Amino acid sequence: MEWINNLPAEQQFALFSLLKILITVFAVVLPMVAYSVVAERRISAWIQDRVGPNRVGPWGLLQPAADGLKFILKEDFTPNYVRKVYFWLAPAVSMVPALMTLAVIPFGTKIGNQNAVISDLNVGILYTFGIVSLSVYGIVLAGYASNSKYPFLGSIRSSAQMISYEIAMGMSVVPVFMLVGELNLTKVVEYQASGAWIIFKQPVAFVIFLIAAFAETNRLPFDMPESESELVGGYHTEYSSMKFALFFLGEYAAMIAVSAMMVVLFLGGWTLPFAGLNEPAESLVMGLLQIGIFIGKLLLFMGLFIWVRWMLPRFRYDQLMDIGWKRFVPLSLANIILTAIYLYFTYKK
Amino acid sequence: MQDTLFYIFSALTLLCGILVVFNPFSRNPVTSAMFLVLTIISMSGLFVLLKAFFLAAVQILVYAGAVIVLFLFVIMLLDVKEEERRRFQKFGTFMGLISVIGLAAIIINTTNQTFTIANQSEVQSIKETFNQSGAAETKPLGKLLFTEYVLPFEIVSLLLLVAMVGCILLSKRNTSKEEAK
Repeated sequence: MEWINNLPAEQQFALFSLLKILITVFAVVLPMVAYSVVAERRISAWIQDRVGPNRVGPWGLLQPAADGLKFILKEDFTPNYVRKVYFWLAPAVSMVPALMTLAVIPFGTKIGNQNAVISDLNVGILYTFGIVSLSVYGIVLAGYASNSKYPFLGSIRSSAQMISYEIAMGMSVVPVFMLVGELNLTKVVEYQASGAWIIFKQPVAFVIFLIAAFAETNRLPFDMPESESELVGGYHTEYSSMKFALFFLGEYAAMIAVSAMMVVLFLGGWTLPFAGLNEPAESLVMGLLQIGIFIGKLLLFMGLFIWVRWMLPRFRYDQLMDIGWKRFVPLSLANIILTAIYLYFTYKK
Repeated sequence: MQDTLFYIFSALTLLCGILVVFNPFSRNPVTSAMFLVLTIISMSGLFVLLKAFFLAAVQILVYAGAVIVLFLFVIMLLDVKEEERRRFQKFGTFMGLISVIGLAAIIINTTNQTFTIANQSEVQSIKETFNQSGAAETKPLGKLLFTEYVLPFEIVSLLLLVAMVGCILLSKRNTSKEEAK
């Protein structure tokens, strides 16, 4: 390992960044996506008093491999009337933003002498919102490219829904940054390590963010874009095989990204308020333990996403817009003003 | 490294910008809108090279994430077929060229005036502050907006508010009249 230390700083940085990207995406997030699909099926079966997929491997744990193989072997059918370029582009565009968001998420403090964050950007949160806002293109393009009625309606609904809830989501985190005084996500976690988690200081912001997250990831009770009973399959009606799988997996990747954001913003990131786990890691074991804590919290949110999906019925479209614009936007504005008043009176010079 | 990235991003910005208005392969408005997205993303790449991270993020968030999605929305809902059939407009192209030349003249003129030998020291001090803090750190930007430039800021906010109220008023159905009928 001598040669790594002998490299110039720039190359070392590039090498480790590449390594971090590869490990996060291919060794952590993609397997997690695959297994959240299994979790979804097993938990839904459990809620509905069924058994669920348990045949492939011990307790059905090899199900993702079987599913993946099945997706690849299915015929990749492209209907004659679609707009080809966009039809190919849309599934990729829906998968990529979710993975790109993870670049600024601090999932620990240090492993060895490397920071456990791919890019410690000083406008981290704006970056995540910017990238999340791009994910709407996947759905819009899918609807447009399919050139038929149900996907089109689904995509129109979805773009309206996602833009509306982005506003509520963006405004709900403003008080968080008023408290912290920084836009950097690492600083947000440090702030929470030295005091209480932000969920206890800003419960309203957390609730708004959580609900907006459901809407942003198109999960029930906000799965308007693909509501099966009205729109067949919504925006991915015309898709089959691996292209459909990309939409399907993109949804779970987006869930993971949003959960990671919630863990960092409201649940203290890699910290736990006891046993000295609030301190930055000094040994390799501690570094890995912190990442473990982070993933544990993240899985909690994934469980919540899945649980809610099988417990609640779908909203009607006008109700959804009403909640977004007439409840959450004013509520988060009021939250910003209240926080500002509180900070004005407690601010020490 | 930074120089190479600058050339890549500026070439992308220019190329995609040209393809928005002058695309020989497709007259489809959606394609134009998608190239506009690419233009904006590569432009925010240029902002990142200037260390203006805030501007870069906001550029993507507001333009690529919201404004052009609404463009697409309108294009798709109106289903603009006519535009695809129409050929290049000579008058439009001519006027476009004239405005490009005019704008370029203004920019070149201003740049030349700023970088004359007379205010070399001023340029140097700007360069130093830039190297120290980056072009637009979020905090100094916010402070400037709410202290030195508070009047223009408030005027812009008022304008946006007026636009918003106007929009709602125009798109609102006149329910009382309909009920009377």
